[in-house]
Amino acid sequence: MKAPCTVALDRTPLYDLHIASGAKMVPFAGYHMPVQFAAGVLKEHLHTRRQAGLFDVSHMGQLRLIGVNAAAALEALVPGDIQGLVPGAMRYTQFTGPSGGILDDLIVTKAQDHLYLVVNADRKAADLAHLRANLPRDIAVEPMEDRALIALQGPAAARVLERHAGGAAGLKFMSSAAMPVMGFACIVSRCGYTGEDGFEISVAGQDAPALAAALLDEAEVAPIGLGARDSLRLEAGLCLYGHDIDTTTSPVEAGLAWSIGKRRRAEGGFPGDAVIRRQIAQGVTRRRVGLRPDGRAPAREGTPIADKDGRNAGAVTSGGFAPTLGAPISMGYVRAELASIDTPLDLMVRGKAMAARVAAMPFTPARYHRG
Amino acid sequence: MSETKFTEDHEWIRVDGDIATIGITDYAQEQLGDIVFVELPQTGDTIDQGGDVAIVESVKAASDIHAPVSGTVETVNDALVDEPGKANEDPEGDGWFFTVTLSDPAELDDLMDADTYKAFVAKL
Repeated sequence: MKAPCTVALDRTPLYDLHIASGAKMVPFAGYHMPVQFAAGVLKEHLHTRRQAGLFDVSHMGQLRLIGVNAAAALEALVPGDIQGLVPGAMRYTQFTGPSGGILDDLIVTKAQDHLYLVVNADRKAADLAHLRANLPRDIAVEPMEDRALIALQGPAAARVLERHAGGAAGLKFMSSAAMPVMGFACIVSRCGYTGEDGFEISVAGQDAPALAAALLDEAEVAPIGLGARDSLRLEAGLCLYGHDIDTTTSPVEAGLAWSIGKRRRAEGGFPGDAVIRRQIAQGVTRRRVGLRPDGRAPAREGTPIADKDGRNAGAVTSGGFAPTLGAPISMGYVRAELASIDTPLDLMVRGKAMAARVAAMPFTPARYHRG
Repeated sequence: MSETKFTEDHEWIRVDGDIATIGITDYAQEQLGDIVFVELPQTGDTIDQGGDVAIVESVKAASDIHAPVSGTVETVNDALVDEPGKANEDPEGDGWFFTVTLSDPAELDDLMDADTYKAFVAKL
């Protein structure tokens, strides 16, 4: 049923643990990754919403920028306010291109003496080249290739992690601290990609299997694959790079202008600033929206969207079944005049018009720990 | 006296006289993962062997179901439309898709019996 894999794939430090846990492995971004475990995508999704799920996200790129003016230097490549970060604070931002498109999205954490970046797996080589080509020579770009990244997500995540890392539960959403977890030196960040409270734990690859196994031993925690990771982030209204955002979409069209601080809007100084500042001031011609089909058929990526006069209105960029809602959901881009909540539209699924409405995102309430 | 046959596309077809009940096999549902949507043909539809006749969507992807035989659709499993998960839980029982009146019973001769299908799946 599947073509044999001809490309050599990398393994994360948790590969053996996944196999032992009964994972179904698939190639993803150059890695062998678990797409689901024995429970299956629906149960894994609901378990994360109800208790806690453990995700291997070691395929993502982790790197450090070191240098006295690293924050100012990075601001030349991203529209986020990096200089305004206090130590331990994190920010979501994007690498933008000269016409305002998105080269990647990333999280930047201000550590005491460096910046810690987490970028998408598919983009890490390109991002590294981009940083090395464009940052001044006195900023060192150090990939953290020996590090694993483990996400623990769900309402029980803080309770569970506190048992192994005293003080972890005291972190607020989008803040980070270096702390021992089970005695292993880790960077613990209160963030995630599910809409739930939770953490991402950066740990040395050699320590990762023991740490993950100990967390999985907790009654509340189950292993979760990429399948549920995708349905969780879709319900949370979060963008997937290469699908909902890419070099052809700007942060403003994507509804990510909230991530561009006041000072950066006023001053510019990032790639594509002319386009992005004009879009903030004057509006955009298309916007990313949430979509709720009336029926049960999921409208997946690439599904054309039509207005009620039958004219092309845009296209779906992500779509599937939302286990928490028991109904299909999608996100996509539509002409700006069609972007208000409850606007009726048609999703052209297999050539047939399926009635849908523009819906608020997130589709399920975010439960971040804002403290 | 009924007999169950299987296709290489992982459908089963249980024949009782000139009426056949059709669904997807346990192997198929296992490969598809959690099924969240099923679109069935309508009663009275004429179907041709090999043609697209139904759609199954799992959490992963949409798949076409091909008609294992030609005929006229007699009944469809409306309960499956309301609870697509039945195709995971009981694929060869409550998770049946539809029944047809066979127009060419000789088509059944090309399909696999249970042992042949079992051997076929074992090699995948």
